[in-house]
Amino acid sequence: MKIVIDEDKCVGAGQCVLAAPEVFDQRDDDGIAVLLDESPGDGQLPQVQDAIGRCPALAITMGK
Amino acid sequence: MDHIVVVGASAAGLTAAETLRRQGFAGTVTVLGDELHLPYDRPPLSKQILAGAWEPERATLREDAHLQRLRLNLELGCRVAHVSSAARTVTLADGEQLRYDGLIIATGLRPRRLPFGHDLAGVHVLRTLDDALTLRAQLLAGPRVVVVGAGFLGSEIAATARGLGLDVSLVDVESAPLARQVGTWAGGLVADMHRDQGVRLHMGRSVVGFLGDNRVAAVVLDDETRLPADVVVVAIGSVPAVDWLANSGIPAGDGVLCDSTCRAAPGVYAAGDVANWPHLVTGGRGRLEQRANATEQAMAAAKNLLVGPAGAVDYTPIPFGWTDQYDTKIQTYGWCPDGAEVKVVDGDPRDRKFVALHYTDGRVVGALGWNSPRALRQHRGRIAE
Repeated sequence: MKIVIDEDKCVGAGQCVLAAPEVFDQRDDDGIAVLLDESPGDGQLPQVQDAIGRCPALAITMGK
Repeated sequence: MDHIVVVGASAAGLTAAETLRRQGFAGTVTVLGDELHLPYDRPPLSKQILAGAWEPERATLREDAHLQRLRLNLELGCRVAHVSSAARTVTLADGEQLRYDGLIIATGLRPRRLPFGHDLAGVHVLRTLDDALTLRAQLLAGPRVVVVGAGFLGSEIAATARGLGLDVSLVDVESAPLARQVGTWAGGLVADMHRDQGVRLHMGRSVVGFLGDNRVAAVVLDDETRLPADVVVVAIGSVPAVDWLANSGIPAGDGVLCDSTCRAAPGVYAAGDVANWPHLVTGGRGRLEQRANATEQAMAAAKNLLVGPAGAVDYTPIPFGWTDQYDTKIQTYGWCPDGAEVKVVDGDPRDRKFVALHYTDGRVVGALGWNSPRALRQHRGRIAE
């Protein structure tokens, strides 16, 4: 899977990091989400889906 | 279970529907929304939408193709007239009756209004996308704005209006903006921020009336101050949208009264701003008017509905809230009540970048981050340890 973060929508809540800490982190200065792994393995799918669901800004999308 | 009806098509309602599908529910999901727009997100309304930085479509929660994949009966512009929990029916305003096996209530809030003045042109509230677009048009036409209420919504509207170069006054009965949300200590810093940006603060004051015949001309405060105004925004809080639950058999008061698993009656659950439930870790009962809670509670309620009372899990979130004003991001985990002991544990308030823990009876009950999103997260685990 391929993950994309819309930085303009991201509000820096960090909910994605709580849901999938191996895939997401936050920038130090403004908290905007960054990808530790742009194409994580399928083993991360439940956590990534959780992160997408929890994001309060709907800033994360996933493609094939 | 064949048919689940979700009343409310905003963040909580849509998340509930999405969760039902993700949990494998293959039956019919009907989502009823009283607005005509496709489900959209509310936090941008007082910020990017009001500022004109985003086109309204950008606030849409899920694109059309995604909604199609969820196979929802999405009924927009549709009001519920009556619910019977005994008969498990929802009756729409047009008379159509739906039978449900499961019902998820996510009707959110309605803006609280002053007992006077809302009949005057130029006096606004902000809850919906249409409200935001109407208010934006008014702001562009009139330079003097008075915002009544300095909670999250009011202080964000004040910041956005200042960003548009308008003359802004902010009024609240509390001693500081956001005092109820983040306590008076951090509220004092919020006051400084607004003053630095040129907002006129009238704290500890209430509005006793408006001047103007058909259109508002001024706001009158309880110390007889008159604030000339072209536009007034009333942001004095909200009330849960539960009037439609009268005689339904579903307990309602300050929201839908749920148990610790978000269940209000057999097969009936509530989520988001409207849900009032006992938090078993903190021991308090109440509602959470926070965007992150809309999502988290909707997931919990949908899962608990599917699994049934025997397997249901108590909903005990660590609340998360945020506000973006000017170039400042304030975030909270837990609760930051007024009167709590405050200890700065990271950064320095003078640098406008810090994390402060809030203690009640020696326990960490909340963490507040000021321009410190990443540092704040490290302290989340301290809450309700």
